[in-house]
Amino acid sequence: MKILTTPRLERCIGCHSCSLACARLVHHSLSWDMAGIRIASTGGLSTGFEARTCLACDPAPCAAACPTGAYSQRRGGGVIVGRKLCIRCGEDAKACPVDAIFLDITGEPFVCLHCGECVPYCPHDCLEMKDLGGGTPAEKAEAAEVAA
Amino acid sequence: MIRDYFRVLIVDLATGKGKVSTVPGRDEVAGGSGLGALLFTKFAKADGPWDDPEQPLIFAIGPLTGYFPLMSKTVAAFKSPYHDQYAESHAGGRSALALRFADLDALVLTGQAPRPSALVVGSRHLELKDVHYLRGLDVQESGKLLRRMFKGSGHRSILRIGPAGEQKCAMAGINVDTYRHFGRLGGGGALGAKNLKAIAIIGDGSFPLMEGKDYPKLFEAVYKKLTATDMMQKYHNLGTPVNVAVLNELKAMPWRNLQATTDPNVSGITGERFAETALLRNAACAGCPVGCIHIGFSREKFQADYRYFYRQVSYDHEPIFATGSMLGVTDCFAVLDIIDVVEQLGLDVMSTGVALAWATEALEKGVVTEKETLLPLKFGQNRVYEEAVRHLAFGVNDFYRLLGQGTLKAAAHYGGADFACVLGQEMAGYATGEVYFASQALGLRHSHLDSAGYSYDQKHKDKEVGKAVDFLMADEASRAFLTSMVACLFARGVYNEELLAECLKVVGYGALADTIDAVSRNIQKLRWQTRLATGFNPASVSIPKRFTEVTTWKGKVDGEFLAELKNAYARRLLELGAEAPAKVPNG
Repeated sequence: MKILTTPRLERCIGCHSCSLACARLVHHSLSWDMAGIRIASTGGLSTGFEARTCLACDPAPCAAACPTGAYSQRRGGGVIVGRKLCIRCGEDAKACPVDAIFLDITGEPFVCLHCGECVPYCPHDCLEMKDLGGGTPAEKAEAAEVAA
Repeated sequence: MIRDYFRVLIVDLATGKGKVSTVPGRDEVAGGSGLGALLFTKFAKADGPWDDPEQPLIFAIGPLTGYFPLMSKTVAAFKSPYHDQYAESHAGGRSALALRFADLDALVLTGQAPRPSALVVGSRHLELKDVHYLRGLDVQESGKLLRRMFKGSGHRSILRIGPAGEQKCAMAGINVDTYRHFGRLGGGGALGAKNLKAIAIIGDGSFPLMEGKDYPKLFEAVYKKLTATDMMQKYHNLGTPVNVAVLNELKAMPWRNLQATTDPNVSGITGERFAETALLRNAACAGCPVGCIHIGFSREKFQADYRYFYRQVSYDHEPIFATGSMLGVTDCFAVLDIIDVVEQLGLDVMSTGVALAWATEALEKGVVTEKETLLPLKFGQNRVYEEAVRHLAFGVNDFYRLLGQGTLKAAAHYGGADFACVLGQEMAGYATGEVYFASQALGLRHSHLDSAGYSYDQKHKDKEVGKAVDFLMADEASRAFLTSMVACLFARGVYNEELLAECLKVVGYGALADTIDAVSRNIQKLRWQTRLATGFNPASVSIPKRFTEVTTWKGKVDGEFLAELKNAYARRLLELGAEAPAKVPNG
């Protein structure tokens, strides 16, 4: 299964079109937080941008940390979230090593589903859906770089 | 958030306390420009001085902000330190989306902070913080500290002033997120008068969207339209500096205090030259996929052995005109160096460049001496201008203090009004002809974007006064509606009335969608009636002689036609002012 990658993020102009698209199309919200990909500047606009998004860990530490089974491992990396099972404990966000999970004011988690809805809205082709064939996060990162 | 009223946060800076107020009027004034004028009439003393602590400083967004691409601007409304009348200034950056996600249609600041302060607002925040330790710091330095002090990287907007704003200089701007500005008419001085060094707007709210597929479908269509047109090409690739070579070729580029309209040495400061040698990258306002912000670099060798530091400096047509052609500086890196100093000190770059161009000619002609200018100002001498910018920002003597209040104020004292390039405020970088000169001199913001006078000049050779004034009035009304949404005016070719109606309807503003024409005219009238009530008299505006000495590709400017245009346009504005008051809720 494909995952969302950010192989050309150095092209990012900070328009937030990806976050807004995810919130609009996946979570039916007007938001730049309630999204599986969120853009932050890395020390003011003069130092460029970074994307906070799921790196498709396998095994995923957020799924391991989830005490109710709301998070389960997704084939190809990342997680599937069963919202009805979620008790909003926030353990998933704590376990994520790259701050990819946003908790809203009620504690509801927002994490990338690797659906690719955001990809066409990036005006500079920073994002890409790729099948990286499983493996550790480090192997995937390397594969993503090679593929880019 | 869709609502048929405005949710406004009013903060009294004297106490640091705020009040959320529900203000009716969505169907009468829409938002943005209309809302700014409406709130000004509610909170301001029209005949009181601009620096009366009770005068409001207003930031307003529109009904489509964040809902559609390029709906990414904020309108600032205030009593201007420049002319002590009602003023509007527009900026992008993240300010508009941050206000949207802070769940505010407008932020109104009244009173004066007892100590140099920073205001923090968000959907769940309000704090006035003592930041006396930031006093005197430049825009970059204070920006770094403010970013460390406030949370929300990427989803916040930081507005701040430099030393010029702290000095209440009438040419001081408000820096927005490093690369954008509420530049003109002294917004920085207005913030300085409130003892406010910075405002951090934390965009930490979210809202449910309308049910159904109509909205995402329309969004996709608009997004495609905006990214598929040649707008991306024009504004992203070379950006607005594409105009430099074009206008120079047309004999419409102001050079050396508008002593010429074309110069063969343009090649060092064209958009092409900047892109090829100085461009580092592009950036965008939040919610805009176009990314028109062009960032170049300025580097300085501070020690032997190739020890350099560098800064990133954004450039556009206007800053290149103001610090390049207008000052006779023809090297792109020299231009970036001057822009960098202007940015750090928090001045408006257009006003600064034009004021220093006048000072240079005044010195040349002996109207002033080096006793006043303190420097041997000379066209082309970029290092001298960097120093002069510092003098202007800090108001180091009577001459620079007066110049910082406006070129015509300095000219009234020292002489040289004939060659002051002032059209309501220091001119913008277009010497296209009579219609443009009249439109900036009398435009509500004295901006080249108030109406497309510059474009009219390029498309019409006739000298029909009535036709030109009809065009200016109608174009201004339609732009007033766009700046009430609040759209970036670069998108005006896409957001026609029909598309705006569709957008408004799909998010739930059906009544507004059905009355765009009437509301446009109402906003136009409200803005003018507000401006006139604060003392503006269009009939008393005079256009300096220099503008009649200009030769464009159409030939020498026709002084008689220009005077007729100005008088006819002034009459129309006064007639609008004398009409029944604009429709606002509760009378």
